[in-house]
Amino acid sequence: MDAQEIIARRVAQELRPGNLVNLGIGIPTLVANYVSPDLKVFFQSENGLIGTGPIPEQGMEHPLLTDAGGRPISALPGACTFDSAMSFGLIRGGHVDVTVLGGLQVDASGHLANWMIPGKMVPGMGGAMDLVSGAKRVIVAMQHAAKGKSKIVKQCNLPLTSARPVSLVVTDMAVIDFADGKATLLETAPGISVGEVMAVTEAELAVPDKVPEMRL
Amino acid sequence: MKAVSLEEAVAMIPDGASIMVGGFMGVGTPERLLDEVVRQKKSDLSLICNDAATPGKGVGKLFDATLVSRLTATHIGLNPKAQQQMLANQVAVDLIPQGTFAERIRAGGCGLGGVLTPTGVGTLVAEGKRQIEVNGKPFLLETALRAQFALVHAFLADYLGNLAYALTSRNFNPVMAMAADTVIVTAEHIVPVGVIAPDHVVTPAPLVDYIIMNSNG
Repeated sequence: MDAQEIIARRVAQELRPGNLVNLGIGIPTLVANYVSPDLKVFFQSENGLIGTGPIPEQGMEHPLLTDAGGRPISALPGACTFDSAMSFGLIRGGHVDVTVLGGLQVDASGHLANWMIPGKMVPGMGGAMDLVSGAKRVIVAMQHAAKGKSKIVKQCNLPLTSARPVSLVVTDMAVIDFADGKATLLETAPGISVGEVMAVTEAELAVPDKVPEMRL
Repeated sequence: MKAVSLEEAVAMIPDGASIMVGGFMGVGTPERLLDEVVRQKKSDLSLICNDAATPGKGVGKLFDATLVSRLTATHIGLNPKAQQQMLANQVAVDLIPQGTFAERIRAGGCGLGGVLTPTGVGTLVAEGKRQIEVNGKPFLLETALRAQFALVHAFLADYLGNLAYALTSRNFNPVMAMAADTVIVTAEHIVPVGVIAPDHVVTPAPLVDYIIMNSNG
């Protein structure tokens, strides 16, 4: 199982029946592949749709039915569409149960940076700031380290996405919870020891007596 | 509502105008109006649009033709030309959170001075803005956003100017149709009055100033 699949499978376990869920671009998008239709989760695309379905087969794309990246998607029976003010009313208003976003850095107090690298990458924040400010639970799905450097840092040195801390971070090595304003190691990835996680994590992690492996 | 040709509609837009353009990554964008803006070389535009689309598509065409001098948007990461023009200081870019973008335009169209939002508190977005506490929670004061022109794309328009939209092409079109001095519309289909049922009209006819009548799409 590759790193992205580990992360996506583990995040999928966080979704509950009937949840309204918004998935960001990248690894978060993959989460939908591991959610059973029986769970009846509603997926929102912030460009104006609840009830997004799988990527349509070739030739079945509709030019007026796309995801937030402009790629063709499908709409499931029971889907509904709305304008952008409504879409972000849902997001900011606490109606979205879970948002899953990518990250550049998360720090020891759960602050997320994921929208710019000053001087290098200034794409704009899109919907990320509203999602982190307003969704009931914010889950960050990202690689634990990039180019050997921990992405779980003591303090973010990149511009923050929100002053509000995230709820949970799922990486290819660990699940880290930020419930009490501190980072707690909840689980490790299969075959990864607590020591290995600690060795590549810059932020200090609270480690409970028992840290189970992810069950994928 | 008045029916006009593409040429007449775009001729009303002066150089240096502020224009809101509907669409999300080019989906729900009035492509034919933008083609005509490029053909008439309307320059020095202040563009208000969710994103910069991609080169050759939607408002991306305005960057291809270097007609934009100021951009208010939420994301421009998928248009390298817009990024280059920003980094070369040819385009002054104001990047704002997407929910704030929607609400500022909605406020502009609804006669509000602005909105109070928690989004952006404690981030770079808060710089230079008033922070106001309501019931102990901090909010940013985000002021209303309006433009001289809104270029809107609908799925259905009737001969009075009532509009209905399709799937994810609705996005910012309805809020922009409220927030500009002059609203110009293209539609995929122009239909007789009554075809769009009252319950299905999203943008009421009195908001629409001009519809491009000479062809569909």
